Amino acid sequence: MKVKVIVTLKNGVLDPQGKAIQQTLNGMAFNNVSEVRQGKYFDIEINESDESKAKSQVEEMCKKLLANLVIEDYKIL
Amino acid sequence: MKSSVIIFPGSNCDRDMDVALKKFGFDNQMVWHNDVKIPKSDLIVLPGGFSYGDYLRCGSIAGKSRIIKSVIDFANSGGLVLGICNGFQILTETGLLPGILQQNKYLNFICKNVFVKIKNKENKYFKKIKKEVLELHIAHNEGNYFCSNDELKSIEDNNQIAVTYCDHEGNDDEKNNPNGALKNIAGIFNKDKNILGMMPHPERMIDPFLSGEDGSLFFENLIESL
Repeated sequence: MKVKVIVTLKNGVLDPQGKAIQQTLNGMAFNNVSEVRQGKYFDIEINESDESKAKSQVEEMCKKLLANLVIEDYKIL
Repeated sequence: MKSSVIIFPGSNCDRDMDVALKKFGFDNQMVWHNDVKIPKSDLIVLPGGFSYGDYLRCGSIAGKSRIIKSVIDFANSGGLVLGICNGFQILTETGLLPGILQQNKYLNFICKNVFVKIKNKENKYFKKIKKEVLELHIAHNEGNYFCSNDELKSIEDNNQIAVTYCDHEGNDDEKNNPNGALKNIAGIFNKDKNILGMMPHPERMIDPFLSGEDGSLFFENLIESL
């Protein structure tokens, strides 16, 4: 089955790329964009038919590798 | 004194480090990331570069490589482990050092000489260096040190800040912060001070004709202290 994960910077952690994107969008006349936060998206194909087992494995992957919990949060979709 | 430099795919300061270590008297050996065991060493160095192409996060993949378990065991048994630049990033990703190196505040790759202030000399890395301020080279895109407030308190309480960015007189204020690093931190120790990670490259400052000699002071002290 496929498990999808989104990793984002925690609230309050500086995101200079997000800021640069926001400023560029403003410069392109999207004046109502007040903030952009950039993140990462993972599509994980896992050979496991039990959904809860698969998700708990992915949760472990997030904690051990996919996200650095000092600055990032993860969400399993 | 025996040292080992670990080579990851994408390391590019490994040979400079080898040259520097040998110049100051280390019997250095190069160790491949896919090996399991590290030869008997007094010092292990994780060199600068772009291990695994900086995929995912700088140092994250190297932090899970085959050789790393031996590095962690060596460090936990009190062995000296030095991580320079990407090596520093790897040390934070393994959890041997707290915090993380984020992208530079102004999104630019910084390549220039900087001054750093030595904040703690009660350790083997800086013990006999007479100067308080060293001129070293930095070259990085992710050198913006960050950690949580609790971690910062613990780092400060345990005197774990090794070097901070400053001017030639040692003023380590925001004006002299090249990359946005918290508290101008350029390098930190673990609690026991046997592990040091820092962004500046001492191995690039060992030749009076090409660069400068403050890196020489670092290596001279290291071989004497061991």
